[in-house]
Amino acid sequence: MLLDPDGRPTAAGKAALPAGEELLRGLAGMVTARRFNEQASALVRQGRLAVYPSSYGQEACQVAAAQVLADGDWLFPTYRDTAAAVARGVDPVEVLGLLKGDWHSGYDPYERRVAPLTTPLATQLPHAVGVAHAARLRGESTVVLAICGDGGTSEGDFHEALNFAAVFRAPVVFFVQNNQYAISVPLARQSAAPSLAHKGVGYGIPGEQVDGNDLAALLDVLSRAVERARAGAGPQLVEGRTYRMQAHTNADDATRYRTDDEVAGWAAKDPLVRLETYLRAEGVLDDAHAAAFAEAAEQVARRTRDGINQDVEPNPDDLFGYVFAQPTPQLVEQRALVRDELSREEARS
Amino acid sequence: MTSVTSMTSAAVEHETLSTAQAINRALRDAMAEDPTVLVLGEDVGALGGVFRVTDGLTAQFGEDRCFDTPLAEAGIAGFAVGLAMNGMRPVIEMQFDAFAYPAFEQVVSHIAKMRNRTRGRVGLPLVIRVPYAGGIGGVEHHCDSSESYYAHTPGLHVVAPSNPSDAYSLLREAIASPDPVVFLEPKKLYWAKGDVALGNAREPGIGTAVVRRRGSDATLIAYGPSVPVALEAAEVAARDGRSLQVVDLRSIVPFDDATVCAAVESTGRAVVIAEAAGFASIASEIAARVSERCFHSLSAPVRRVTGFDIPYPPPKLEHIQLPSVDRILDAVDDLQWEDA
Repeated sequence: MLLDPDGRPTAAGKAALPAGEELLRGLAGMVTARRFNEQASALVRQGRLAVYPSSYGQEACQVAAAQVLADGDWLFPTYRDTAAAVARGVDPVEVLGLLKGDWHSGYDPYERRVAPLTTPLATQLPHAVGVAHAARLRGESTVVLAICGDGGTSEGDFHEALNFAAVFRAPVVFFVQNNQYAISVPLARQSAAPSLAHKGVGYGIPGEQVDGNDLAALLDVLSRAVERARAGAGPQLVEGRTYRMQAHTNADDATRYRTDDEVAGWAAKDPLVRLETYLRAEGVLDDAHAAAFAEAAEQVARRTRDGINQDVEPNPDDLFGYVFAQPTPQLVEQRALVRDELSREEARS
Repeated sequence: MTSVTSMTSAAVEHETLSTAQAINRALRDAMAEDPTVLVLGEDVGALGGVFRVTDGLTAQFGEDRCFDTPLAEAGIAGFAVGLAMNGMRPVIEMQFDAFAYPAFEQVVSHIAKMRNRTRGRVGLPLVIRVPYAGGIGGVEHHCDSSESYYAHTPGLHVVAPSNPSDAYSLLREAIASPDPVVFLEPKKLYWAKGDVALGNAREPGIGTAVVRRRGSDATLIAYGPSVPVALEAAEVAARDGRSLQVVDLRSIVPFDDATVCAAVESTGRAVVIAEAAGFASIASEIAARVSERCFHSLSAPVRRVTGFDIPYPPPKLEHIQLPSVDRILDAVDDLQWEDA
């Protein structure tokens, strides 16, 4: 921890706090991330998104994960990391593609080097190792930051990915956002390890735990891990301890498995309040900054709202167009059948 | 690197190779031609694979190009996804059919779906080599016919060669394909020798079935390890005065309806042969397709000769499970000849 929950630098913080400019950038990102979370949740209530797994309360992790990467690096998010993808510069409407329901993934992964969001847990981690290894074979200095959750660390793919990365010394930073719950199941049911960061020991890689609501500490720890990987020292595991302030999704009822007191305790550790308090006390942040950040966040929210509210008629032909580079004769037949059905339907209406 | 690039038969080099050697040669030639082709899996490096299929590749191309991985099939498959996303053409080996099952989620949920998920932006040019099927006296988990699992998954090409020449050419094409290909290697044919046309002239390609033997009375449809058995059955039947045609699918996905239907229509009778358990299988799919498409040309219901719906037997009983010449000929005898 570099900043305590009240926004005061800790002893460690006095030595290692990132530059004010980095922190301002991070705060701006978190203001946008929070506004994006609120906007996406509102769009679910309005029936415009099928579902939204919010990262409300985890904005420091979301923003730090994007901020420590260079343009040529890769980010491998989970489905809850939409705000991280937005922070990396992916269009917020395209980020919500999976949840909007007209296709499974909305953005070009190569454009901002952000892998597609999918719902299986931890399966993206071995992909991240492969991308990193391919880059290394070509002599590129790419680093891959792969996110998973506390629940994801129980999956076999988590183990296999960390082991592969360690054996091949792949430049990957595994960032576990420990938000304490996998839907309803608490951390104690996922792992008996002293911490999730301890799991690095079994693979022979460093594991570091960091306060996941302290953006300054996250930037410090993650950027050191990224640069270490870039320098060829291999992968690292970072556990950010944070909290999922809202239910798993709108379809979940968190009151069935956790108490209001517990939630209130974490609300007092809000990552935005903490950083803003510090930056104001230091005189780095003033009202003009804050207004500009709020306005930038509002623009992202507006863009999100407008884009999601725009109805794009999905094209049924697309169902057959991307299964293979060239559709098989069977897919051509099936596409023709659907076209015929639709044209008859149209003729009737 | 071979200098043969033309499609003219005069320029094609030929060599007599076993199926295992032909696959090795295909990997070697592809690796020589394209530096992004990587070979990885369990024991594929210094050992050259448990069937020696990757023999000498590490020595020739170095450890960056052909290398051993940790013993973790989901990891191998998932790692290959990342390699393919980032400019490589990985060829991964699943050491045995049943050892591929831990990789199932990566294969079904990611390898098969990535192109579709991303509207064609992320294609995965990778090959999953699977030594498969029985007939080698292998212990449990070494003899599964797992093709239906893959073929039932949209987004995967699935091929099964029946001879060394196809093993070479189908693998060269699989490696060059922009899409993931499950390459099923019939273990019992690893040591079978044959003439192999080398080079990257890939005709006929993936998705094309071929008629291996012409005949006029009934059509046997087979793939992979069942093709030699079907050919032997046709040979025996010929001695008894019955002319059987044999179609070798070569490729299960894409499926060559045109060649199969033309062959069945020309004889009016069909038997489908496969080692895999018959229920909900490729053989069943073929029987259904032929019945739907060739119904008016059929003089008898389509018969299937498949493995029984049992876990693969232990070595001393596997002969009961495998489609035999006699069982194929019994099925042929049942094709309502009395009406002819």
